[in-house]
Amino acid sequence: MSSPLTREGLLQAYRTMRTIRDFEERVHVDFATGEIPGFVHLYAGEEASATGICMHLNRDDYIASTHRGHGHCIAKGVDPVGMMAEIWGKRTGTCKGKGGSMHIADLEVGMLGANGIVGGGGPLICGTALASKIRGSNNVGVCFFGDGASNQGTIFEAMNLAAVWKLPVLFVGENNGYAEATSSNFSVACENIADRASAFGMPGVIVDGFDFFAVHEAAGEAIKRAREGGGPTLLEVKLSRYYGHFEGDQQTYRAPGEVQHLRDTKDCLMQFAKRVTSRGELTMADIEAIDREVKAMIDASVVKAKADPVPLPEDLMADIYVSY
Amino acid sequence: MARKITYQQAINEALDQEMTRDPSVIVMGEDVAGGAGAPGEEDSWGGVLGVTKGLFAKHPGRVLDTPISESGYVGAAVGAACNGLRPVAELMFIDFMGVCFDQIFNQAAKFRYMFGGKAKTPVVIRAMYGAGFRAAAQHSQCLYNIFTHIPGLKVVIPSNPYDAKGLLIQSIRDNDPVIFLEHKALYTMEGDVPEESYVVPFGEAAVVHEGDDVTIVAFGRMVNYAKDVAGTLRKKGVQCDVIDPRTTSPMDFDTILESVERTGRLVVVDESHPRCSMASDVSGFIAQEAFGALKAPIQMVTAPHSPVPFAAVLEDLYIPSPARIEEAVMRVKEYK
Repeated sequence: MSSPLTREGLLQAYRTMRTIRDFEERVHVDFATGEIPGFVHLYAGEEASATGICMHLNRDDYIASTHRGHGHCIAKGVDPVGMMAEIWGKRTGTCKGKGGSMHIADLEVGMLGANGIVGGGGPLICGTALASKIRGSNNVGVCFFGDGASNQGTIFEAMNLAAVWKLPVLFVGENNGYAEATSSNFSVACENIADRASAFGMPGVIVDGFDFFAVHEAAGEAIKRAREGGGPTLLEVKLSRYYGHFEGDQQTYRAPGEVQHLRDTKDCLMQFAKRVTSRGELTMADIEAIDREVKAMIDASVVKAKADPVPLPEDLMADIYVSY
Repeated sequence: MARKITYQQAINEALDQEMTRDPSVIVMGEDVAGGAGAPGEEDSWGGVLGVTKGLFAKHPGRVLDTPISESGYVGAAVGAACNGLRPVAELMFIDFMGVCFDQIFNQAAKFRYMFGGKAKTPVVIRAMYGAGFRAAAQHSQCLYNIFTHIPGLKVVIPSNPYDAKGLLIQSIRDNDPVIFLEHKALYTMEGDVPEESYVVPFGEAAVVHEGDDVTIVAFGRMVNYAKDVAGTLRKKGVQCDVIDPRTTSPMDFDTILESVERTGRLVVVDESHPRCSMASDVSGFIAQEAFGALKAPIQMVTAPHSPVPFAAVLEDLYIPSPARIEEAVMRVKEYK
């Protein structure tokens, strides 16, 4: 076991997971009204993964994320208020309304971007880790990718490169069972994504993504090893998404009742609350206080996002280059 | 103090001087040193044509051989640039962009804009381009136009040793992603190059030959052909401006426009294919901005719309020749 979480740590973990959940549930509701533009891919159901991993990271550690990136952003410390404005296409957004849901990034907190290209982040995170290594810092890079991206050449190339250069990288394969509408049972040729680690000479670990504590412990070991110069690890987190590939996806490829069953029996927030209250580590009052606080914050972020100004015409040609 | 060195030496010197000046500059690519993990000599190649030879020993830990994984290491260069380094990644042949283009045009080129101006990606991607080596269709192309199309990238194509050094130093110091393309036929070209460090700014064309009858705009290796043709034609009484844009993004359209407004005649020489090319780009610009000044239809001298052939007789036909440039100049000069 890695060192047990303090009360503060447990509160932080729950607050982060609750923030992600409420953020996503709210975007789901608002997207259905037609007011939010573009493509949105929700992370609800997967909160324990981003949270359990990013709790081990410092501001100067980088993560590379995916098209399903809101949860990674929040867990890495991107301001949800700015994110909400970004998703609404507002000038006050994290990326001034020029990135949108699929490209939220905040390099100041080590968030190298959600990514519209499946598998795009693997090579990039090797680069941030290489820079850390050359500088002699002990910072690490974490590449989140899905079961779909697990079949991309970029991910294979990145895993090999990280192993060859012995880079401080954690590859996190979030296997939610579906690449768009195609099951990973079909598209991933081996039984587990983690099985592929041996091909690159790195440890491969499988963890239950509904269990925050399991994720937190497994990630802690891998990140510690990376910081100490022990090279990369592939961590497969088995989990599920509660919503479709994108908002509007009717998910006819899933079994009837599949999601509801997971919500009722395995939900990561439910399991977390049950465990910490039954052990007396936190009280229901603690949990409910966070629930109220987060709900108020998300509600306020939407009110603000709706009222915020849209980008100006001159923003169209701004920030293409540093100089040109 | 200037002395004569080759284009290849000028590039090596630019890398060496910048690596010495700035410890955040690193070089990576396939066999940029050569010999990694092998039982023989280190720095055994110094690049497939020896362009980076010697840097490995001078800058320990900052010249990195990579697996043959262009997406992996070009993307790593991009990521490292986001985290404070100034990587120079060598793609070897520009034709290999096909296996890693996503990391260049969807990642590096987009970050600053997509992230609301909060990212900078000071990465240089070096590669050689161009026909003439009997290297056939997958090792001979001129793909600068494809990069030029993408907002967020800067594209540099030096035509001589002096520009190669100054433009590469500017590329490394620049805070945007730069595609730096070296014509393999120019590596042995000698020219006056100062020993000290200097930069050639982007977006400033060089007028390498002056005359009031015809404007020739040429790119990369073709600048040297055009300059030779202009010298020959001067003796025959035809005076040519020869403009070397040096960078295609940003592009110095002002110098071209000023020249065409004076000469009224334009020939564009581009070693790439004619469609969606630098030749059609410059032609389209002048047709739109200087139609009234034109005294003859614009002429494009380009390679054909075909892959680069292997057989010498065919490749020689493929590459725009000085004779074709001269014909085009005379056609616009004599147009009634």
